[in-house]
Amino acid sequence: MVQAHLELPDLSPPPVLVVSDLRKTYRETVAVDGVSFAIPPGEIVGLLGPNGAGKTTIVNIILGVLEPNTGSIRIDGIDLLRRRSAALAFTNFSAVYAALPGNLTVEQNLRVFGLIYEVPALAERIEDLLVRFDLVRFRGAKSGVLSSGEQTRLSLAKALLNRPKLLLLDEPTASIDPSAAREIRDLIRAFAEENASAVLWTSHNMYEVEEVCHRVLFLSRGRVLLEGDPKLLPHEHGAATLEDLFVKVARERLHPEHS
Amino acid sequence: MRARRVAAVALRQFYLYSGSATRVVPLFAWVAIDITLWGFISRYLNSVALPGYNFIPALLGAVLLWDFLARVLQGVSTAFLEDVWSRNFLNMFATPLQISEYICGLVITAVVTSLIGLLTMLALAAAAFGLSFVAYGAALVPFVLVLFLTGIALGIAGSAMVLRLGPASEWFLWPMPALIAPFAGVYYPVSTLPGWMQAISRLLPPSYVFDGMRAIVRHAPWDMRSLAIGLALSVLYIVIAAIFFRQVYRFAVRTGLLARYNAESPS
Repeated sequence: MVQAHLELPDLSPPPVLVVSDLRKTYRETVAVDGVSFAIPPGEIVGLLGPNGAGKTTIVNIILGVLEPNTGSIRIDGIDLLRRRSAALAFTNFSAVYAALPGNLTVEQNLRVFGLIYEVPALAERIEDLLVRFDLVRFRGAKSGVLSSGEQTRLSLAKALLNRPKLLLLDEPTASIDPSAAREIRDLIRAFAEENASAVLWTSHNMYEVEEVCHRVLFLSRGRVLLEGDPKLLPHEHGAATLEDLFVKVARERLHPEHS
Repeated sequence: MRARRVAAVALRQFYLYSGSATRVVPLFAWVAIDITLWGFISRYLNSVALPGYNFIPALLGAVLLWDFLARVLQGVSTAFLEDVWSRNFLNMFATPLQISEYICGLVITAVVTSLIGLLTMLALAAAAFGLSFVAYGAALVPFVLVLFLTGIALGIAGSAMVLRLGPASEWFLWPMPALIAPFAGVYYPVSTLPGWMQAISRLLPPSYVFDGMRAIVRHAPWDMRSLAIGLALSVLYIVIAAIFFRQVYRFAVRTGLLARYNAESPS
């Protein structure tokens, strides 16, 4: 009797972000060296590593403001290098080093970027975000006069304007107090769950990473050194905590002969 | 090209102007000072020169039209510099915004700001010095159009230079009209210039405008078709300037200059 071999279709959703064999050099300096990873919908991935490991370079490449030497990026199936505008329509970001123009008010900034992202029903979306990020009382204030925590909330409100399928966060809570940081983490986690958005999160706060991220990628000298669940990874590599593991990876970078 | 994205770039500039007297006043102030100064110079020259030649339409009119070109150039470049000054490139270019949409937004800003300057100059020159553009007849429309298009081309090219060379190179933008003026024959006929300068003049669209303007004022014969050369050149320069800006932008993305713009160097 011939047994019928039934192949089940792959029902897992396609990844929102696929980064393949990314490489970027600045003259002789290799900033990113053959990095590949993917993020499915709803997953929050932490991109960790010491300063200069290549985290911001990778974020800049995914944001389309830096071209890799080789490799490819697909956002929601769209090739970023070939169809930049279409791919970035599904993306947004918040970075500690990219404050919104301080000479526009909170509401003006949200309206300008809402138009750029072609957000439908923009006025309602802005109201919703002003409430959600506790910015209602600052709507008419120039962004430049806000405290760093308020500016971070504004930057995050901008980042969620278009309900991005891919959200890039470069140290989003670096300049805010622990209480506000917790609120921000909760908001982003809720957003990722509600919208099935993929999130790429860089941070030097290992407590935060362990709390928020489903998976982490440890970068060192432009390469992905380790990858896994932030709660399990330290024990798998003989470290007590994620912070200990981070320090270990960072020291290996400083003393490569020991690695 | 998406209209909402173009509108966003222009709206950002409108917000900046609406909330800032220091941005609005220069739209009127410098052109008013120029018209006042050259208005009196023209009036004085009329009093000492031989009768029969009127310096008001010839000289003051030329100053007014040249100031208009300078206002257009500055309208584009200042709108671009607002993104330099507020370190906004990452926010702007890490979005779906296309370069063509960005440039269109800058041009719309320049249309509005330069028209404010032009209307101010026209009102002051007419009210204080009796300058009437009726003297130029139907040629006024192509005159203004050629100067407008040339100002746009210079503004885009100058902005591309600043994008390429870094924030400290913004000084490069301000003297551009003064550098071109001697070749463009703004204040004197192109025939006054030596041969090599005349050769450069023939490549500059404004030289056709100012030669035509002086011919009309002198009631001398003038072939309006020569203005078509100026118009064609100005359109060509806009295309070249837009390509130049796009190429510089691509260089900035490829080398990392855009991501590290304030470092003024890609590495």
